[in-house]
Amino acid sequence: MMFIAQPVRSLGRGAIRLFSAVGRAGYLAGDAVRALRKGSLWAPHLIGQMARIGVGSIPIALFIATFTGVVLALQASDILTGAVPLYFVGTFVGKTMVLELGPVLTGLALSGRVGAAIAAELGTMRVTEQIDALETLAYDPVAYLVVPRVLAGAIMFPMVVILADAFGIAAGWGTSMVLLDISTAEFMKGLRMFFDPWDVQFSALKAATFGITVTSVGCFFGFHTKGGAEGVGRATTRAVVVGSMIILALDAFWAAVLL
Amino acid sequence: MSIELVDVQKAFGSNQVLKGFNLSIQEGETISVIGGSGSGKSVALKHIVALLRPDDGDVWVDGENVARLDQESVYEMRRKVGYVFQFAALFDSMTVDENVGMGLRRIPDMTEAQIKDRVAECLDLVDLEGRGDRFPSELSGGQRKRIGFARAIATRPKYLLYDEPTTGLDPVTTAVIDDLIVRMSDRLGVTGVVITHDMKSAFRISDRIAMLYDGRIRTEGTPDQVRASTDPIVRGFIEGKPELMAGAE
Repeated sequence: MMFIAQPVRSLGRGAIRLFSAVGRAGYLAGDAVRALRKGSLWAPHLIGQMARIGVGSIPIALFIATFTGVVLALQASDILTGAVPLYFVGTFVGKTMVLELGPVLTGLALSGRVGAAIAAELGTMRVTEQIDALETLAYDPVAYLVVPRVLAGAIMFPMVVILADAFGIAAGWGTSMVLLDISTAEFMKGLRMFFDPWDVQFSALKAATFGITVTSVGCFFGFHTKGGAEGVGRATTRAVVVGSMIILALDAFWAAVLL
Repeated sequence: MSIELVDVQKAFGSNQVLKGFNLSIQEGETISVIGGSGSGKSVALKHIVALLRPDDGDVWVDGENVARLDQESVYEMRRKVGYVFQFAALFDSMTVDENVGMGLRRIPDMTEAQIKDRVAECLDLVDLEGRGDRFPSELSGGQRKRIGFARAIATRPKYLLYDEPTTGLDPVTTAVIDDLIVRMSDRLGVTGVVITHDMKSAFRISDRIAMLYDGRIRTEGTPDQVRASTDPIVRGFIEGKPELMAGAE
């Protein structure tokens, strides 16, 4: 019976841990919503967090977008040659970049950069009792630490993603001209043919939810860090892994609901 | 008014740390809570500022049961309690001035000039004037602890809670910290609760000493009364003789 009991026990423990984490995440979310009215605590830090989370992420987002645009143009040309006119390369690059790869690849990259940084920072504050110190000084740590980060993520991710979308398309256009002998006019014809302004809103909406996800997950794991340096490392890893998984799930959700 | 912990019980998982902890702290006194590592001293202290909530029992601060207060009322209550952390818990991204001024920024109507003056006054009180522009990483362990003191007293609290203030310090720095605790009591008239397992310090700074053992207060009294205790558990602890404690268990 042992060979059955052991896995069942492990499964049970895992389920309890999962439900406990979901419950704690719910509490943190509730506290964060209530903390929104404490503007004097979070507002002074919002601009700083927007710069750290958003402006600081632009180089990596543009790097990824540029090479994604190049690859998209080359693959589109490879797939479409002989089947449809080559100006469809512009359509393929534009649609794919704005609807899917711009938000998702940027979201995943920022989950590594932003989510990990938040989890490590708050985790270190937790294990060195700095969060307890804030509490004893009559600061609400959720208002002071969580709210400005999550708001900054919600505001800045869409901006970074739209910039990344634009750079990806520009890179695809450049590749089309230099390597594929597609003129600017042809590329733009394809780009405009199926362009829908709603696509940009869709991209920004997805990015906002990714921003909220990445920052919230980072804050959650940072806030609940235990066990010194090893605990901080564990929290950071979990923030990146869980943040990335939720981004991919959200991506599928938005595609199913809004497309 | 004073602080009183009544029959406080606290467990972490299956580990029952406090099993009916009772302690009454009178206004103006400095009381040390002694006990072995892991005996639950810091856990008891954190209940006073509601960093932890009891599973059962009451924690009274100036007539308010903090165990039953909502979070906003807890923040109000914390304005009259200063907390000195074991490893100072300074905000490492802020300068000394910013650290000491943190609590002051939560006081309505306090101007920047007033905050600056109060910070300088507090740094002067812990003999670290002129170090305000440094970061915690540029200070020694003893200096960091003193900045932790300055931060705790900046809001002029009625109560000061010290979590192992001399742990890990050399004997000279320990004496400096002990003097500071006595100075806080004499000059500012604050009520002090000191968590420690350093018996020399406890005898030097305390009006009363209470020993926590097995989740409960084992003994309490003046330093002389504790020194004269015939309880083998108490004697074993203050003399550093585990064989006495083992024989009594």
